[in-house]
Amino acid sequence: MSAAPAAPRPASADADGLELLLVPPRSRPAWRLVPARVVAMCVVELQKLRHDRTELYTRAIQPALWLLIFGETFTRINVIPTGGIPYRDYLAPGIIAQSTMFIAIFYGIHIIWERDSGVLTKLLVTPTPRAALVAGKAFAAGVKAIIQAVVVVLIAALLGVSLSPNPARLLGVLAAVLLGSAFFSCLSMTIAGIVRTRDRLMGIGQAITMPLFFASNALYPTASMPGWLQAISSINPLTYEVNALRGLLLDLPARLPLDFAVLLVAAALGITAASALLGRLSR
Amino acid sequence: MNEEHSQEDAVTVTGLRYAFDRTGTAVDGLDLTVRSGEVFGLLGPNGAGKTTAIRCVTTLLPVPAGMVRVFGHDVTTDRMAVRRLLGYVPQQLSADGGLTGRENVALFARVFDVPRRERADRVAQALQAVGLAEAADRMASTYSGGMVRRLELAQALVSAPRLLILDEPTIGLDPIARTGVWDHIMAIRAASGMTVLVTTHYMDEADQYCDRVALMHQGRVRALGTPRGLTDDLRARLGGDATPTLEDVFRDVAGSGLDDQGKGGEFRDVRRTRRTASRVG
Repeated sequence: MSAAPAAPRPASADADGLELLLVPPRSRPAWRLVPARVVAMCVVELQKLRHDRTELYTRAIQPALWLLIFGETFTRINVIPTGGIPYRDYLAPGIIAQSTMFIAIFYGIHIIWERDSGVLTKLLVTPTPRAALVAGKAFAAGVKAIIQAVVVVLIAALLGVSLSPNPARLLGVLAAVLLGSAFFSCLSMTIAGIVRTRDRLMGIGQAITMPLFFASNALYPTASMPGWLQAISSINPLTYEVNALRGLLLDLPARLPLDFAVLLVAAALGITAASALLGRLSR
Repeated sequence: MNEEHSQEDAVTVTGLRYAFDRTGTAVDGLDLTVRSGEVFGLLGPNGAGKTTAIRCVTTLLPVPAGMVRVFGHDVTTDRMAVRRLLGYVPQQLSADGGLTGRENVALFARVFDVPRRERADRVAQALQAVGLAEAADRMASTYSGGMVRRLELAQALVSAPRLLILDEPTIGLDPIARTGVWDHIMAIRAASGMTVLVTTHYMDEADQYCDRVALMHQGRVRALGTPRGLTDDLRARLGGDATPTLEDVFRDVAGSGLDDQGKGGEFRDVRRTRRTASRVG
């Protein structure tokens, strides 16, 4: 990546109060571009959430219902083999993963909106490599997901789920949620790059969220699934996210290195696929 | 046409061709040179290939045939360097309504790597330069069409571009807003000496603000020169007393084909224009 040449600027008397606009900012070294763009996209996401918090509140309703109604009922009837812990505890990490996945899986709609409104077009003409833009968007989706995860953890705590109070474990929870939503938002952006319209993306999003949810261990352990579903579950990143969350939040024995490795690889693959297809949205 | 590729030229386009899969040829052997420091107008009706040509210059579209350089940097091999030199305002009104004006500009300061210590000042100056200092902390969704356009100008200017590219900057704006947008462009250009490449189909604007214009039709440049030079040439050729306008020049070079607007390739362009117009209200 070559640095932009410094532009010679004619000094002018008209430049009153504009002097900074006459000097182009210096380019950063290439290795700093990706983190810088990720920060820029996350800042925008947080600014938007600060201006309009409606989404935060409405998004809290569904997970609350899952935990309250589904969780309480199945805790009573006690049919799901959870290995001795109350079902509501078993369910809480699953619902954190599910509700953050729902946010991420529709993130591509933002990309299509940004494309239709010209915002994306302008971003593509800035010194931002495609992969840095996609990574930025993926982590911006992760910011939303983290806020959602915090809300669901609080709801779960209120409902009496016994969660680990260990701060290191809670940080691990945020990391798992961040990586999981990075993957699912990239999946969504990849589909956006293929279908290119909001309606089609909505349809596909609706079609895949429930299968991803049910073909994971969010509601029931993998062991109680039929063999074919176990096979699907074992390639579903949501399963690994739930595993990590369950292990961390409930202090259960877990395969954290495997779970995080799968989530990292999935996020990297997602970013690669979405950046390859992003160009299609600029045509 | 200038065929040499001087490092001094802001934009050099040679033999550019671009065809869309579904709608066919949009740019058909375009040659163009924009000199450093000038305001260059690319004129033509909807579907003439202006926007496609611009999108090749901005690195948004690949260059399948021909060559495009911006200040000597090839747009296919040296994209990042080209993008650092560009400020781009697309055809649609594209500010983010969920952010304030200031936040909209700050985003572009960030993605152009403006260091944190000068970011706030630079953003304030860009907003000041387009007359939005007062409205800076209002949500962009409350801005009028003309204000959104000026906000986009501030977004493009915050990185001190050497080449400002404007695609139909005044489309859908009322006459006063149009003048406002141009006044700000011309004032900043006077201060910075930046090059401006603008597409428009308003011949009167081109006549008033552009140093040189290229008339584009069916993917090629059909006439090139100063607005005055082009109209003078036509008058000399036609004789008579009436002073021809740029529009007359255009009809002269494009012939009857100018009215043939039904080509499939124009639909997207027209739809965009309508969408922009309806958002402005």
